[in-house]
Amino acid sequence: MRVAHMTTGITVTEARAATAPGRLTQLQALEAEAIHIFREVAGEFERPVVLFSGGKDSVVMLHLARKAFWPAPVPFTLLHVDTGHNFPEVIDYRDAVVAEHRLRLVVASVQDAIDAGAVRERPDGSRNALQTVPLLDAITTHRFDAVFGGGRRDEEKARAKERVFSLRDELGQWDPRRQRPELWDLYNGRHSPGEHVRVFPLSNWTELDVWRYIEREGIHLPTIYYAHERSVFLRDGMWLAPGDWGGPRGTETVERRTVRYRTVGDMSCTGAVESGALTVDDVIVEVAASRLTERGATRADDRASEAAMEDRKREGYF
Amino acid sequence: MGTTQHHERDLLRLATAGSVDDGKSTLIGRLLYDTKSVLADQLAAVKRASVARGGAVVDLALLTDGLRAEREQGITIDVAYRYFSTANRAFVLADTPGHVQYTRNMVTGASTAELAIVLVDARKGVLEQTRRHAAITALLRVPHIVLAVNKMDLVGFDEATFRAIAADFARYAADLGVRDVQAIPLSALEGDNVVDASTRMPWYDGPTLLSHLEDVPVDRDPTTEVFRFPVQVVIRPRTAQHPDYRGYAGRVASGVVRVGDEVVVLPAGGRTRVVGIDTADGELTQAFAPQSVTLRLADDLDVSRGDVLAPADTPTVTGAGLVGTVCWLSERAPAPGARVLVRIGTRTVRGLVRSVGSRLDIDTLTTDERATSLALNEIGTVHVRLAEPVVLDAYAEHRRTGVFLLVDPADGSTLAAGMVGPSVLLAASNEPEQCRAR
Repeated sequence: MRVAHMTTGITVTEARAATAPGRLTQLQALEAEAIHIFREVAGEFERPVVLFSGGKDSVVMLHLARKAFWPAPVPFTLLHVDTGHNFPEVIDYRDAVVAEHRLRLVVASVQDAIDAGAVRERPDGSRNALQTVPLLDAITTHRFDAVFGGGRRDEEKARAKERVFSLRDELGQWDPRRQRPELWDLYNGRHSPGEHVRVFPLSNWTELDVWRYIEREGIHLPTIYYAHERSVFLRDGMWLAPGDWGGPRGTETVERRTVRYRTVGDMSCTGAVESGALTVDDVIVEVAASRLTERGATRADDRASEAAMEDRKREGYF
Repeated sequence: MGTTQHHERDLLRLATAGSVDDGKSTLIGRLLYDTKSVLADQLAAVKRASVARGGAVVDLALLTDGLRAEREQGITIDVAYRYFSTANRAFVLADTPGHVQYTRNMVTGASTAELAIVLVDARKGVLEQTRRHAAITALLRVPHIVLAVNKMDLVGFDEATFRAIAADFARYAADLGVRDVQAIPLSALEGDNVVDASTRMPWYDGPTLLSHLEDVPVDRDPTTEVFRFPVQVVIRPRTAQHPDYRGYAGRVASGVVRVGDEVVVLPAGGRTRVVGIDTADGELTQAFAPQSVTLRLADDLDVSRGDVLAPADTPTVTGAGLVGTVCWLSERAPAPGARVLVRIGTRTVRGLVRSVGSRLDIDTLTTDERATSLALNEIGTVHVRLAEPVVLDAYAEHRRTGVFLLVDPADGSTLAAGMVGPSVLLAASNEPEQCRAR
């Protein structure tokens, strides 16, 4: 048997020093992997689209896509599924980014789908699950064949089993039992007409990795990710923002709190957390110390059942 | 400011093999929990689910068994990826199920792993299953193995039991050509030697599992590898600022490339020189694996997706006849004459299966030379004739580029995962029988 090798701190420092070829840091390795994935899609697909909500994961995706093709412009369209219950700060941010980088944005509207009778408003006012129909309609209409999503495997247990290239059938459905084995860095994107592939370049990132990368790259985010004073009310242990979507109700009372958002989605199901984190550094400290996952803390939609995410994914959700 | 630290930590990808019976889920649960990677709401959800199933104790397997079918049937179907980190290193753990379709899942998990944890129950020692897991790890040439001898609490933390199991496994691993094995006695349930050193095994002076994972040196040294660069896309902005820019974007698969290096474009064979290495963060003088970069070349050659850049001064094998060791991943068995697509590097070419032979028995490490087909989860050799030549790097020397997929042209499904070379397995497969039979 061999002797256990205890690497000394000095050796490690030397190996990582200077410009000699060596080992990438974790963030460099994750960035190199994500850039590789973006380029694979550019090489293998005809009409890729990036899901872009203005949320931090989609912002990081866009940043990586820009780096992957520099000095050429991003060769992908952006798609936003607008629930009609978005935070105005986030919509402003989205439009500013699109203008700044001269991107092409397609907006799929849940309100339009409701008006057309394609989906029906739910009694609790949440439009999160209603996004699936307009999303799939947009994919069909524009014949998108690869759809980049910001999903991460650390987010949720069904996502922990999803591939980087995840095939969806003609109905947009995910069948976890029929997933293709994914080996080495050989991603198989073959699909039949009508099918498409969801692609997750951030699969191996954690929430903390995303924040550290935002810090390292100096990425600008919508303001609601940082502490601000806001009128909120408590429902199911989450601080929700009042709005036309259906709150507050009954005995729920609105109060002023200093909060920030860990995730950004539909206002009806995205809760704020009480926080004094004003900067990226503050947020990193807070996330590192958190005892709750971002979805557990702020997403009503994942609390519905043990397999809530899997069920939505099967139907074609992000 | 504050407590934010700018750790320059690195990344280790690892895979675990073993069954629930060996305490694998408990071990992973312990690693995640003790590194504070399982948060309160996840644990609460697992507790609720455990109670709902009538369980008396918290079932940590529910942390990893994420799919409805898995929870309902109490089995693990698919590879799950888990994330945890310490101050020095971040870990991506591919958790592969021990029972159902173990070969396919283990091959998938091991394909990107630099270290594999093979789990055994101290009461049972090295079993057939342990040998299978070790053989697949060796087949995929995962550089480091940890033999985790679990449930030491159930054998009274007995040193002799541990030594015997470790020696038994070491002999087998040596037969497989595995160079680095670290055996660790532990109790996942009680936490001994997982994260904290056990006080109940004073005779063991080696590392705990986590400290070994943190300290294991990563063999990979790009300066000892031969440069390979599969071209992914050609970057041609044709913008006002960059009207004539032309760069070849890809990931350095192995080795190092420097500005000024003479390179050959394969398979066509044209020669040129690297005049620039670009990233969005600025120009580099050199790039190494696994960096994603864009190369500019001196000459206006025909270079496109699927081509491979390699050093001009070292020999490279290209050819249209592929002999590979494959793990068959599909229920559709291969047959001579079958049309397939071969994905190798960034290139996809049409191919024709010429023959299937020498099926490997993973239990005995013997090969059946009379085999004419392969079933799901079986490992064997295939000969494929390709419509055009490709770079053929032997997997034994090129773990990153000597790999390929066989894809069904009809529906695009992945039929097989392959490694270039007739017998990637192991010096052992050519050795006399008595070396392997126990």
